[in-house]
Amino acid sequence: MKRYVIRRLLLAIPLLLAISFVCFVFINIIPSNPAEVALRVQQMPVITEEAIAEMEVMLGLNKPFIVRYFDWVLGCLHGDFGINYVNPARTVAGELARCLPATLQLAAVSFVIVLVLSVPIGFLCAVYKDGWFDKIMRAIIFISTAMPAYWVGLLLMWGISVKLDLLPTNGSGTWQHLILPSFTVALSYISTYIRLIRNNMLENMNQDYVLYANVRGLPQKSIMVKHILKNSMHTCIVAMGMSIPQMIAGTIVVENVFSWPGLGTLCISSIFNRDLPVIQTYVLLIGVLFVVFNLVFDVLQTVSDPRLRKED
Amino acid sequence: MIPVLELHDLCVTLRQHRRAIELVKGVSFSVHAGECLGVLGESGSGKSMSIKAAMGLLNKSFLVSGSARFQGEELLGKSAEELRRLRGGKVGIVLQNPMTCFDPLYRIGQQISETFLAHNSWSADEIRNRSLALLEKMQIRNPEEVLEKYPHQLSGGMLQRIMIGIATSMEPALLVADEPTTAIDAITQFEILDELIRIKRDANTAMIFISHDLDAISRVADRIVVLNQGQVVDQGDFDHILHHASDPYTKLLVEKRADVMRRYCQVLQGKERNYA
Repeated sequence: MKRYVIRRLLLAIPLLLAISFVCFVFINIIPSNPAEVALRVQQMPVITEEAIAEMEVMLGLNKPFIVRYFDWVLGCLHGDFGINYVNPARTVAGELARCLPATLQLAAVSFVIVLVLSVPIGFLCAVYKDGWFDKIMRAIIFISTAMPAYWVGLLLMWGISVKLDLLPTNGSGTWQHLILPSFTVALSYISTYIRLIRNNMLENMNQDYVLYANVRGLPQKSIMVKHILKNSMHTCIVAMGMSIPQMIAGTIVVENVFSWPGLGTLCISSIFNRDLPVIQTYVLLIGVLFVVFNLVFDVLQTVSDPRLRKED
Repeated sequence: MIPVLELHDLCVTLRQHRRAIELVKGVSFSVHAGECLGVLGESGSGKSMSIKAAMGLLNKSFLVSGSARFQGEELLGKSAEELRRLRGGKVGIVLQNPMTCFDPLYRIGQQISETFLAHNSWSADEIRNRSLALLEKMQIRNPEEVLEKYPHQLSGGMLQRIMIGIATSMEPALLVADEPTTAIDAITQFEILDELIRIKRDANTAMIFISHDLDAISRVADRIVVLNQGQVVDQGDFDHILHHASDPYTKLLVEKRADVMRRYCQVLQGKERNYA
């Protein structure tokens, strides 16, 4: 097991290098000059050629493309992710650290909502297959899967905050601010998982072990929960684990709709300001999250499934 | 004497997409205590279906009519809870494919004890002692270790024996063996059949042995019922089935089997000659 984890971590290094390089290439294809944009954002009244050249030297943009990339990679190894182009007094690491907690909070609450709603609803849909509950839920799932998150966000804001005046429209600070954005993020995941759990359970119901459990005269409740649900959840573990980094990365749109001061908002403003190091580091961070969560949940599945576990 | 299980004109219809497909068309047979009834027929002939229908193991899309009496009591129309108590208690059932019948996520010991708990309120100690006794009775070595194993760590023959052990541990009045020898090799098959014969002799249990294998059925069954396309086409003892079968389907079954056996004997004799 230890060797497996180490091998997976070593394999992640070339993967992360490739991700960061591709990202670097794409950002540098953008035609505008980051030095010029930085000066404009700093509200320089007259932007001269000299000022731009000076800024380029200061940000290291005068060096060739490859040199800049390796400078950045070497810096990363020392924990130095570069400086903010727009506001050179701030470091990229500091910026990300400032915004990360808000995004993590949003993603964590969304994940809890997903778990709390999708597991019982998926379970009930499977148990009462083709009943009224299942039919209604299927209709809701069908509709909610088709609605993009930013639109759902705006609808909720209009309906609940503006018309009913129950919750704040945007910003952060109290738990009331969390409800709408986290529910918006959770909604599409809830539909996916309800379907996944329902179908997994229905598939499991036709397995021999369920017939045999009935043959032994086990109570229905125990067969459903102890056997079918547990076996179904098993195949969901990896999918659920992978949705955590997806949520952290996927809050971008929702954060902007609700002006949530997290990574997504930072990322969007960095893209507008051509703040290359911030975008670079954000992409790297998300890459690392994907690799780590993938590994953690692969290991978790191995530990929880006796068939995959190697008895030492 | 009241038969342990008596099916009378049992019909099973599958309703699917507004069509009704008749799967079992009026099957009648009965089995008495201390007797083994062999139910013979190819796959899809309705052998397992009739037993599942009687025991309430079919889902709602199947419509069951006719009569199925267990020790004189009508089973059709009984509540799900009453049937559940019967299954695993007074009626022990052994299935084919022992490798896939146990839940892969639980240890053998846990699966035995949950079966005990579904029918009795025994203490943890008593459950453990009875589990060990069950495995010992089935001649399984190192029963303590086996209790801690997961199903995938045991062989098909062992799991089949554990299954028979579970089915017989509650001293059932009726033991149904649904093709218990299909998924295991010849030597284990032989042992499993011996085990079943011993149980029938020792506990005076009524037994229904479902199979498409003439060979296996001939070893254990006292009486044979032949099913084809959901109907009883022939019944009698083994000798009757072998020599005086009136039904063309039964005759075909016996002839095919005899052909296979003849070929098998020829190959065996040929081999012996080569060795000599």
